[in-house]
Amino acid sequence: MLNLHKSEFWRSFRVATWLGWQIESNWADPLLFVIYSIVKPLASASILVVMYGIITNSNFQNPLFPYIYLGNAFYIYVGAVMGGVSWAVIDDREHYKTLKYMYVAPIKIPVYLLGRGVARFLTGSISVFITILAGVVFLKVPIVLQQINWPLFFLSLLIGIVMLAMMGLLLGSITLLLVHHSFGIAEGVAGALYLFSGAIFPLEVLPAWLRPVGFAMPITYWLELLRRSLVGNVAQAFPTLAGFSNLDLFGILVVLSVAFGILAIYAFRWCDYRARERGLIDRVTNY
Amino acid sequence: MSPLAIETRKLGRIYKIRGNKKEKNVRKELAALSDVGIQIEQGELFGLLGPNGAGKTTLIKILTTLLAPSTGEAFVAGYNVLNEPQHVRPRINMVSGGESSGYGLLTVRENLWMFSQFYGMPSREANQRIVDLLKLVGLGDRINTKSSDLSTGLRQKMNIVRGFMTDPEVLFLDEPTLGLDVGASRDVRHLIRGWLDDDKKRTLLLTTHYMVEAEELCDRVAIINQGRVLACDSPSVLKRRLQEDILFEIKTSPLNGLSAQAIEDLPEVHTASLTEMEDGALLKLALVEESALGPVINALTDKNITIMSLNKHEHSLEDVFVQLVGHSIAEAEKGSQDE
Repeated sequence: MLNLHKSEFWRSFRVATWLGWQIESNWADPLLFVIYSIVKPLASASILVVMYGIITNSNFQNPLFPYIYLGNAFYIYVGAVMGGVSWAVIDDREHYKTLKYMYVAPIKIPVYLLGRGVARFLTGSISVFITILAGVVFLKVPIVLQQINWPLFFLSLLIGIVMLAMMGLLLGSITLLLVHHSFGIAEGVAGALYLFSGAIFPLEVLPAWLRPVGFAMPITYWLELLRRSLVGNVAQAFPTLAGFSNLDLFGILVVLSVAFGILAIYAFRWCDYRARERGLIDRVTNY
Repeated sequence: MSPLAIETRKLGRIYKIRGNKKEKNVRKELAALSDVGIQIEQGELFGLLGPNGAGKTTLIKILTTLLAPSTGEAFVAGYNVLNEPQHVRPRINMVSGGESSGYGLLTVRENLWMFSQFYGMPSREANQRIVDLLKLVGLGDRINTKSSDLSTGLRQKMNIVRGFMTDPEVLFLDEPTLGLDVGASRDVRHLIRGWLDDDKKRTLLLTTHYMVEAEELCDRVAIINQGRVLACDSPSVLKRRLQEDILFEIKTSPLNGLSAQAIEDLPEVHTASLTEMEDGALLKLALVEESALGPVINALTDKNITIMSLNKHEHSLEDVFVQLVGHSIAEAEKGSQDE
């Protein structure tokens, strides 16, 4: 009899992380890796910088610039982590045709999916770091190492990554039920949230009836906390969340993250049940 | 009596099928399984025999917790597959033939090791078992080959090893030799038989549409067509049901005036037919008892007729299938393709 006493959770996470890394790091050509992880985020940041420069007549001293630049840089995590988790469903079902074997194995599928997202978090971290470094070195984004609120930064980053992973699980759950059109779901959602989470402009810019969407998204508070921890008062100069202290924002982030986490767990259970009912676990549509 | 490894009670599965673009809102229903009740004891090698689309894979999907039944209940190792999948999954494994699943970027060893870890096998034990099983199926020299570099057949062998590697209580093999060449199929059949013979507590459910495979391997066979189990028993019993008479074919020298009627008049001879051939005759006999063959041979030798050959005709599972379904598996599959 097999050793089934080991924690199913840890086993699922550990092996899924290993698999995710094998897939992510399997670049036949290191040049492709460089293009994907470094050039691509720098290029998209450059587009933003050029647009900002044209609109503001190259006023890079305005606090809006670090606001936009950092928001955009950290937003890389949204696509990477959410996409990394939810993409595993598509990848295993459609490409490797192994999802059914994962289901038959004695593992926790949600934990397995979260583990598959770890590698994308790591490669995303490289992109975020390079983008911020380029901003500090070439564009004078005012980050001073001595003034960074490190505990707030790391704590916010950690909570945010867990929150994004749970949102990824939510998307992964929906993906289980989408046999068609599921390929672009993570990118589509990340693109839509880009507008509503104050990544590149304050929520005041949005029409009043759309602002509640931004206020309901934990990503909004997460990005604000990361900005505040790195550039302090510059980020607080904007009206959207100026009335909230760091503790307020952190509290809201934690509450919303827990809420999305619970939602993701229940959504997964329901979607899993429906997928088994409809026979979608091994349905391949890539023809 | 052994505990049941698998049990289904009035199991049914209906697929809702959407129409094409013009009939988008038209929902059709297809009964993939109807009222299936089977009981498989621990230690059995049970075969599901039927053409493509008969419902074999649907049944396996339900039993492996991948698909919910529409009606009825199913139990594996005593656990309800719908409500207790967490108890079923550690006790089973499954392999589907005719597909090239697996992570092509991983080597054969890595693919197998990864799955062993999902099942909680100690790494050292897993590595040893991988080596042993790969040797058994003739893949020992490809252990460090990326699975994307394997042919479809070799990849299928790798997947078959994945199923056996975790030593499940109940193993489900869905068309395991589909697409394999003769030698590879033989290797797989040896592996199956050997694995079961090593431990009488192991149970294996095999689906196939190869009659010979079912006949050679299975302790019992369920013949399934259009979602219904038509018969379920050991291959020999199924064949015996068909074979009320004992059939012989005797090739002889010219008959020297002996008539079929004269042979039919002998005791325990049910029917006799004679066909004249270029160099003699073919006598077909249906005997009530095998002992009736002696008087027939005596009657032939009395007339100085030489017996060139004598064959006992055995019914095959194919004959059983034809009798139950009305056509052969090949015809059924051709029919479903034409539709």
